[in-house]
Amino acid sequence: MIPAECDYYRAGSVGEALDLLETHADRDPELIAGGHGLVPSMKVGEASPDVLVDIDGVEDLRAVEADDDSVTVGALARHADVAESETLRERALVLAEAAENVGDVQIRNRGTIGGNLAEADPAADLPAAVLAADATLDVQGRDGERTIEAGEFFRGDGETALAADEIVTHVRVPRSRGSETDDTAGAYVKKTHPASGYAMVGVAADVAVEDGEITEARVAANGVADRATRLTGVEDALVSRPAADEDAAESATKNASADLDSDRLRGDVYASSEFRAQLLSTYARRAVETALGRATAEGSIGGDEP
Amino acid sequence: MSTHEITLTVNDTEEELTVESRTLLVHALRDQLGYTGPKIGCETSKCGACTVTLDGDAVKACTVLAVQTDGSEVTTVEGLADGDDLDPIQESFHEEHALQCGYCTPGMVMTTRQLLEDDPDPDAEEIRHQLKGNICRCTGYQNIVNAVESAADKTEGAAESTDDAEAESPPAKADGGEARSDDETPHAEDDGR
Ligand SMILES: Cc1cc2nc3c(=O)[nH]c(=O)nc-3n(C[C@H](O)[C@H](O)[C@H](O)COP(=O)(O)OP(=O)(O)OC[C@H]3O[C@@H](n4cnc5c(N)ncnc54)[C@H](O)[C@@H]3O)c2cc1C
Ligand code: FES
Ligand code: FES
Repeated sequence: MIPAECDYYRAGSVGEALDLLETHADRDPELIAGGHGLVPSMKVGEASPDVLVDIDGVEDLRAVEADDDSVTVGALARHADVAESETLRERALVLAEAAENVGDVQIRNRGTIGGNLAEADPAADLPAAVLAADATLDVQGRDGERTIEAGEFFRGDGETALAADEIVTHVRVPRSRGSETDDTAGAYVKKTHPASGYAMVGVAADVAVEDGEITEARVAANGVADRATRLTGVEDALVSRPAADEDAAESATKNASADLDSDRLRGDVYASSEFRAQLLSTYARRAVETALGRATAEGSIGGDEP
Repeated sequence: MSTHEITLTVNDTEEELTVESRTLLVHALRDQLGYTGPKIGCETSKCGACTVTLDGDAVKACTVLAVQTDGSEVTTVEGLADGDDLDPIQESFHEEHALQCGYCTPGMVMTTRQLLEDDPDPDAEEIRHQLKGNICRCTGYQNIVNAVESAADKTEGAAESTDDAEAESPPAKADGGEARSDDETPHAEDDGR
């Protein structure tokens, strides 16, 4: 359980990291942030990079910042920072709650949001949450910066839209400050894998309610396919329903797996695809019910319990 | 391949050492510096026996590259007692029989330390939730939960009391017992435990 030998360079800034990636381009360099995806794979020999480029010390990518239109999370914000951020709990609870569900205290103290998304583990918690939050990812490469929508980012198990020399710098959630956020709320619920701690099934829901009617719903799931996936059928079934309708969540999520082609539904030794489909409906219902309950709770600003 | 000179402050002592890029913090601490408090249990980031605090945060030292911690402050379980005087968490583990083989204990104690810093008065369910990353194969956890409750009472008591003396353990125990009986329902299993 000792990683293979490698070289290590510490970058003090994104620019320095990009330079290091270029300098060592012929040796398959790998970024390392919190190391909680990479070090376990290096220990078992699944990953054996020749060169590590450490971005964990780029302190200006650790903050959660907000302006009137959006909340911006630095890629190096640790899961604990995301989970505990007052700003996120008020304005993008779905993301904070997903981070709160990652692994355990020690994992949350090290793992970063950027690393978690870049890893694109189908059973990780944050991917569905960024889909539900309608987030975009800022990435920086040698050719400059670009923005990738969360929906375009995940391409498959361990695969993303990132080029080998690109670094995720920020995750941006479009959330305006002020009265219209009052009726917006999110939730993340998870059936935890008892051994690994990852999501057997995890569902992120984000809803907006106006005059008692559901005006927007974004619902996405982890663990059920090769990548985090929006459940558009569930979303469509929710929009225009009265938020107080007790049957809304139940009926919209009854057949949540219909959104996935049956050959995309994951099944493995831990949970067959049939069982996952069943879990998906149950957890989608819980996520939607919780989000709706929060959105309609008296005086709620998103983060309050119903 | 590359080696690196790093400096760590371990339990308030400055240590200089040379590590390979791939050296894990737990190996640097145990094999190079002789801090054998952190144990290696699973080596796969699950059991928490290797838990230390890194700049104040509990982390699994088997999952951190030593070179990434250059310049950091590390506390291992060796840093808690003052000579023969155990710190309140250690004392509570001792009093409540929160260990059998003791292999998980250094990690349990280090995670408990952060737990009580974040929440000085946790209930049993919170304790179980916060200790999720620490596995014990012997005790069945109940006495560990009791010990953390008792340590919480002591440290809260110590923070409140004006004199320097540790809060007496008998009243602390009685409080702990009461707190537990408040919560008489079988403690909810946390995620498969
Ligand atoms: C025991 C255990 C339990 C876990 N349980 C869960 C869980 O329940 N839910 C969950 O979601 N996750 C879980 N994780 C994973 C954890 O969340 C990791 O922190 C996360 O997957 C990786 O983040 P990191 O910062 O540690 O990334 P690293 O390990 O440093 O990097 C992971 C990968 O991402 C790349 N990378 C890192 N940062 C960037 C960046 N900014 N831009 C581009 N590429 C980047 C690296 O090159 C590497 O390939 C668990 C991990 C462990 C060890
Ligand atoms: S040895 Fe580090 S978590 Fe088990
Ligand atoms: S006391 Fe033996 S593992 Fe916990």
